[in-house]
Amino acid sequence: MSFIKQIIPSKSLIRKSEEGIFKGIMYISVSIIFFLLIAIIYGIISKGLPALSWEMISSVPEGGFYFGKGGGILNAIVGSIYLALGSTAIALVIGLPVALYMNIHLVNRTKFVNSIRFLLDLLWGVPSIVYGVFAFSIMLYIGARVSLLAGMITVALFILPVIIRTIDEAMKSVPRDLLEVSLSLGSTKTETAYRIFVRQCMPAIVTATILAFGRAIGDAAAVILTTGFTDSIPTSLFQPTATLSLSVFFQLSSPVEEVKARAYASAALLTIIVLIISLSARYFSSRYNKSRIK
Amino acid sequence: MAQEFQDKKDKIIIENLDLYISKAHILKNINTTIPEKKITVILGPSGCGKTTLLKSLNRLTDLYPEVDITGKIMMNGHDMLHPDVDITELRRNMGLLSQRPMPLPMSIFKNIAFGLKISGRRNRLFLKKRVEHYLMQANLWDEVKDRLHSPAAKLSIGQQQRLCLARGLAVDPEIILADEPTSALDPLSSKAIEEKFLELKNSYTIVVVTHSLRQAKRIADNVIFMYLGEIVEQGSAKEFFENPQNERTKEYLSGVFN
Repeated sequence: MSFIKQIIPSKSLIRKSEEGIFKGIMYISVSIIFFLLIAIIYGIISKGLPALSWEMISSVPEGGFYFGKGGGILNAIVGSIYLALGSTAIALVIGLPVALYMNIHLVNRTKFVNSIRFLLDLLWGVPSIVYGVFAFSIMLYIGARVSLLAGMITVALFILPVIIRTIDEAMKSVPRDLLEVSLSLGSTKTETAYRIFVRQCMPAIVTATILAFGRAIGDAAAVILTTGFTDSIPTSLFQPTATLSLSVFFQLSSPVEEVKARAYASAALLTIIVLIISLSARYFSSRYNKSRIK
Repeated sequence: MAQEFQDKKDKIIIENLDLYISKAHILKNINTTIPEKKITVILGPSGCGKTTLLKSLNRLTDLYPEVDITGKIMMNGHDMLHPDVDITELRRNMGLLSQRPMPLPMSIFKNIAFGLKISGRRNRLFLKKRVEHYLMQANLWDEVKDRLHSPAAKLSIGQQQRLCLARGLAVDPEIILADEPTSALDPLSSKAIEEKFLELKNSYTIVVVTHSLRQAKRIADNVIFMYLGEIVEQGSAKEFFENPQNERTKEYLSGVFN
């Protein structure tokens, strides 16, 4: 017994310090993240809020806007929302069936599906400017001009891997039994996909959509080559469109202090839009969360 | 062979069934029959292929990668492994109870109505009556009648398994396949399921996979004993338990290995 008493204290000392070190690392990481988040939000709000006015969010730029004249960024707000909604919708309509098909119809083709996953992961990592260049070269080839539609398609292409892989990861973890019982009730694979898997994975589908929307609304690189930039609100899919992120960029590169402040206001707006979308999406997905099979 | 089909007592006839998963020989030359309106228990230690045999009956084995299956599974005079078989109809005809109760991610009511809805029955009153009927049949009605529209995932495990039974019965199958249906349940819920099986065997052909010798003794009319992918011994429960022929069966029954 005395032998045990001797060993336990020394061993627990190592374990205690181990616990302490890991806790410390964790606390530091979490504090860094919190600090960064608060710093970013504080920076944007403190610099942007004074410049944020009703005029800014309700009117389009007047002549000389980028040199300090009046007007607002309604063109960019509307343009960004159009672009992000349109591209997210396109990507979801294409991406959801792909994720379902990979996990249900191709459930016995593991190797093939894994190679699709690998390709999608590669595509996820490709920077959006590359998609922009690719789309731009096609537009040149067919003689198309920069337009909202071209931007939507390009952005849809680069958020497609995000949507498919995020939904796919959730569907991979759906219990095999759920697929089996659903088929045993006489449903086809497609019925199982849309009636069971979509319900079961609704939170993941929402998360994927938010992620994709966030990337779409924040993108500047692919957009500058495909949608262009304009001071007016687009009235058709074939007109060029302004976006918030480019608007931030153009205003920030102005030498005029007022215009720079408006860049921060635009950035604040961009953040607020993403926040609203995330919160409302979370709210709707929580309804489905209750009936999920854990 | 033709004579065997005329023998109405056999619901399913399996002939020379071999199953490989990426070259591993999982089921070896299975020849057996499953009698109609009886409880057939597939018994054996873990990993002997009994679940695979059960799932090859309604071709859930199609969902496994790299499966190679040869032989015949005859039901109502048709080879179920034939590529032209309407697999959706085949599966609907066999209700499945899985090891872990697996309700669908929706309300209690919708769980039962799901099978009916996909077969085109959408009349509300009809659905309501059917749902009530099948919940009663699974002895679940009294416990859930006031919360039919709350999520099925909120039920206790035992209630979930009875819900799954009701849901399976609602699509009007001829056969019930159960893969260790009580292994996740508490003793009382297990008893409820077993009693239900004994009642249901008057109208359904039931196949139960289990590794519990005691459960097999309680419910089996007919036993198929498997070991390492082969059928070691099969026959009526009485014969099997009272007068086993094979040495391995004797060892298993006396608890030498499990």
